[in-house]
Amino acid sequence: MISIVKPEINIDFLGRRWIAFMLSSILILASILSIVLKGGLNFGIDFAGGALVQVRFTNETTPGEIRKVLNEIGLRDSIIQQYSEKGGNEYIIRFKNTSSKNEGLSDRVQETFQKRYGQNGFEIRRVEVVGPQVEKELRYKALMALIYGMIGILVYIGFRFEFRFALGGVLALVHDVTVTIGAFSITDREFTLPVLAAVLTIVGFSINDTIVIYDRIRENRRKMAGKKLELIMNSSINETLSRTILTSGTVLFVVIALFILGGSVIHDFAFALIVGVIAGTYSTVFVASPIVLLWEKFFPGKKGKRR
Amino acid sequence: MSGNLRWKALLIAIVTIVSLVYLSASISDQFPEWWPKKQIKLGLDLQGGTHLLLEVETSKAVENAVERVSGDLKDSLLKKGIRYSKLERVSGKEILVEFQSSAYMDKLKEVLDSEFFNLKELPTKDDKGSLSVRLGLSDKEVEHIEKFAVDQGLETIRNRIDQFGVSEPIIQRQGEKNILVQLPGIKDIKRAKDLIGKTALLEFKLVDDEHSIEDASTGNIPSGDEVLYQKIVDREAERVVNKPYLLKEKTLMTGDVITDAKVRIDSQYQTPYVTMEFDNRGKRLFDRITAANVNKRLAIVLDKNVYSAPVIQERISGGSAQITGSFTAEEAHDLAIVLRAGSLPAPVRYIEERTVGPSLGRDSIHSGVISIIIGGIVVILFMMFYYKLSGVVANMALILNIILIMAAMAAFQATLTLPGIAGIVLTIGMAVDANILILERTREELLLGKTPRSAIDAGYDRAFRTILDSNLTTLITAALLFQFGTGPVKGFAVTLTIGIVASFFTALFVTRFIYDLVLTKRRVRTLSI
Repeated sequence: MISIVKPEINIDFLGRRWIAFMLSSILILASILSIVLKGGLNFGIDFAGGALVQVRFTNETTPGEIRKVLNEIGLRDSIIQQYSEKGGNEYIIRFKNTSSKNEGLSDRVQETFQKRYGQNGFEIRRVEVVGPQVEKELRYKALMALIYGMIGILVYIGFRFEFRFALGGVLALVHDVTVTIGAFSITDREFTLPVLAAVLTIVGFSINDTIVIYDRIRENRRKMAGKKLELIMNSSINETLSRTILTSGTVLFVVIALFILGGSVIHDFAFALIVGVIAGTYSTVFVASPIVLLWEKFFPGKKGKRR
Repeated sequence: MSGNLRWKALLIAIVTIVSLVYLSASISDQFPEWWPKKQIKLGLDLQGGTHLLLEVETSKAVENAVERVSGDLKDSLLKKGIRYSKLERVSGKEILVEFQSSAYMDKLKEVLDSEFFNLKELPTKDDKGSLSVRLGLSDKEVEHIEKFAVDQGLETIRNRIDQFGVSEPIIQRQGEKNILVQLPGIKDIKRAKDLIGKTALLEFKLVDDEHSIEDASTGNIPSGDEVLYQKIVDREAERVVNKPYLLKEKTLMTGDVITDAKVRIDSQYQTPYVTMEFDNRGKRLFDRITAANVNKRLAIVLDKNVYSAPVIQERISGGSAQITGSFTAEEAHDLAIVLRAGSLPAPVRYIEERTVGPSLGRDSIHSGVISIIIGGIVVILFMMFYYKLSGVVANMALILNIILIMAAMAAFQATLTLPGIAGIVLTIGMAVDANILILERTREELLLGKTPRSAIDAGYDRAFRTILDSNLTTLITAALLFQFGTGPVKGFAVTLTIGIVASFFTALFVTRFIYDLVLTKRRVRTLSI
């Protein structure tokens, strides 16, 4: 039998909760600070509106060259980025949201390129244009999905376990989401619709992890009745430690495969998952359970009924 | 095999075979007639194509209706000898009527009550002695017009796309006044967008030859007239000249009488033009118009652009007309389509466009498949290495899981998107979690000194509740993603949901069956775990 973790392992996780709280606070603070200092998140066009055109040119060209062509039709407000994948002459051109100007923008770009580079000199690989109403709706829906997701999970865990457990679980989620979004801000990555999907997946994954430990705590409270909650939690975390490491490890492997091989569209999505899986695993051990302890310390009267 | 096990074996065999049958259609098409042929549907991001969201400017439809009603009201008042000093459409959706005497005002109210049920009087801020009335359409009427504008617009766009010829387009209403159009595999997106978005309001108007266009061009437009332009494309010099026309504002006939439109080629210049056929009402109308205006010029106006303004040589009772202009063959073809399909009751605007070129789609499929394979292999190797034979059992469940997901996608005709593929890859990771939970638990029980049989029983029993809880919470998030997500994100939610349900079956039921089968057949001393 190969074991990553020895069965008799007993690490005092909860004893180190203050160090963990400090680390978490630093991470969250850094995330918030980065978002505030950079003037909000770097929203992709899904949430900020605007237009994006991805073009592959047959012959070599430069951003300056492309800008000159675009200036001719009065599109001065563009960001031109070389696209790193497979090297070569692929560019992503972004336009800020200027409401009326977006209409027919992609067509105008195509026409101008056709004049300059010829019919076969370029290929438009992707076009995205998001108008202001759509962008507003997408942002609203995204926020709602996150909020309802948290509420749904809060209710479910509250129903299956106890309220203070649900609180610990949801705070762990807030932690994970904040850190992931913060990582996007710190690394200057764009926050797009697929990234939001990734964040919601992290919510699902992290709560998964948390529930496994909570489940063990519930079981052990029956077995170890009379013992201190801290002790029960510690042994529960230790007992499930090998599972936590194995599952997080395999999922991490898989998302790293996605990150490296999944192609450009999946790239940021996978990055969010990598950060989220690490944060989720950490928070399960160091945030979700300690919060329950903390709650008991401040509200000792409300021990809650045991199920 | 005991009876219980036999039933389980049968169920698993049926599920597997049905899945393989459904999956087969996506891999090969050489199957007999009766074979289920549902293939996995690829999203626009994988097969290439365009996703367009249009907003119907319903307020324009209301304004047009108000304009029409105010014309009717003018006619009606004139007929009854009710004199007004002013009657015009103001601030978009209101009609302002002013009178010289209050007697006429009362008569207006009579006319309104007897003929114009859809008009209502709007409250005025002016003092009592005022001799003006503001009128507006009733709320019900406005609601009706807006609804009609979207419904009719949807129908017209569907007609146009059908005639344009796109395979498996999606055209549906979204929200109150948006229309979603998805065109898979389309190449010339600009052309498609022009075709869909054209209002295509065809009008016949008389040219005002009594006043000079030069005079009107300086801003001195006679009342009841308007200036519209003809775009003349000079292909050699690559420029467009706008030629102005002074037209009577009144529209004599619109394109709603057209029954058919076809492209013809001019025999002399080899240039394409479009001929139109009118229905009976149109024939009568056209006959009357041409009879009354011989030697005058009749302008053919499409979306406020003059196409031609031929002189009416004689009365035309045949009931057809033609539009000439400097068209390319494609433009003429598309113009014929929009004339046949009819005009949009209100203009539309594109508020969202997402286009993926076919080559990018292919690249995405390629990288998606590679990540599924690599992710799968990594997990399978790890499980075999770590759990030995028990890992092999878990791997069988995992492979069956992937087959089930794909088969379910084909059977339910769910759309596979790139995030959907990511969902499958993630499910591989998550499905393994169920097995890890069970196997870790079984190991614990073995360490307590239990026999393989009872350790496995306990492992499954204890892990069941945990797996149920964790799967249900993931389902909650998947449901929310589906509810609030759009397009590709929805695809992710779909595969995630199918994956969770499938893994519940494979990781709990199928693996359990394998252990039961092995452990009842022979006495196992030590478990390879």
